[in-house]
Amino acid sequence: MVITKTLPSVDQVWEWLDAVPDPEIPVISLVDLGIIRDVRLEGSEFVITVTPTYSGCPATNVINADIEVALHEKGVENLRLERQLSPAWTTDWLTENGRAKLERYGIAPPQSKGAPARCPNCGGTDLALTSQFGSTPCKALWKCNSCLEPFDYFKCI
Amino acid sequence: MAQDQALFEYLLRLGDNTLVLGHRVSEWCGHAPVLEEDIALANTALDLIGQTQLWLGLAGEVEGKNRTADDLAYLRDAWDFRNLLLVERPNGDFGQTMMRQFLFDAWQMINLGRLLKSSDKRVADIAEKASKEVAYHLERSGDTVVGLGDGTDESHQRMQAALEYHWDYIGEMFVSDPVDAAMVKAGIAPDPASLRGEWDELVGRYLKAATLKIPGDGYVHKGGKTGQHTEHLGFVLADMQFLQRAYPGAEW
Repeated sequence: MVITKTLPSVDQVWEWLDAVPDPEIPVISLVDLGIIRDVRLEGSEFVITVTPTYSGCPATNVINADIEVALHEKGVENLRLERQLSPAWTTDWLTENGRAKLERYGIAPPQSKGAPARCPNCGGTDLALTSQFGSTPCKALWKCNSCLEPFDYFKCI
Repeated sequence: MAQDQALFEYLLRLGDNTLVLGHRVSEWCGHAPVLEEDIALANTALDLIGQTQLWLGLAGEVEGKNRTADDLAYLRDAWDFRNLLLVERPNGDFGQTMMRQFLFDAWQMINLGRLLKSSDKRVADIAEKASKEVAYHLERSGDTVVGLGDGTDESHQRMQAALEYHWDYIGEMFVSDPVDAAMVKAGIAPDPASLRGEWDELVGRYLKAATLKIPGDGYVHKGGKTGQHTEHLGFVLADMQFLQRAYPGAEW
């Protein structure tokens, strides 16, 4: 554990948060996911504003705990998490970096037209929707008619 | 009625609707006709229970007696529940479940749309969050009603029976009472009666595509919003609340 005597900068805290993986899709970070809405310093206390992806997402509590653990490990002792519902989380907030990482992992990133651009496995474009509801609340199930593989699509919200 | 008391009652109605329906839908987990539908039902239940946490969490805050969303969900008896009778109706077959979901989703979508303009920012914020999820629920339940209604002879007949089974319970969604009047006066929520036209139009469009015949308006079963429930709610609560009743304070 590194104990810092002086407070880290807000930018430094953002950088540390960008190393905390999403618990269900660990290839992207919480910052990539766009759910960290603000980091600010109030006196000597860091206030992190987090917005949920889906209201019933079971990962929400794990995410809050992961943020606390990660920052405590960096020596940030004085920390408060705030939940923000509005503006509601949107997949538009996924970073470009996050979108690229999702696709490499085999999850098609969200597209404004509401359907995946290509199969994340073979790049094929002959695709079919199986169900708008997939393995987690944020994903839909699609199938590629070229390679015949099913795949997850991060659906727009 | 004092405004905070009316707001508390109104929030219980919203939260109990999503709680009881969420529990009903979760009963399908592991039993749906195909895997994709099982996953979709479980995800829908999860969304509804998440929305419940927001509505009942705010209800507890407004009440000011330190009751959490969990306290309200697990430690009230049937007469303290304020959900519409429709959502406690038995699951029946898959068609009956999806018809109930569709009739409720259509109402919930329209109601949340109005709540986006609520004078209470806390209510508007939850509505903003929930309406994005409910748009996907309505897309799925609507498409399923059309697919099965305009499907085989058997699926058509079952969907028509499901529509008739639930129809006497839809009127309650549009009945206004003193709690609603207080919400309208404060600019917090719409008059339920004012949602009917839009609902009829939306539901009518889907049911037409589903080749289903809308039953005539008959008796309107009501009472859920003030705590008079059907015999079914007690069984739902016995299942849902068992753990907290048997092991008070148990945590996951």
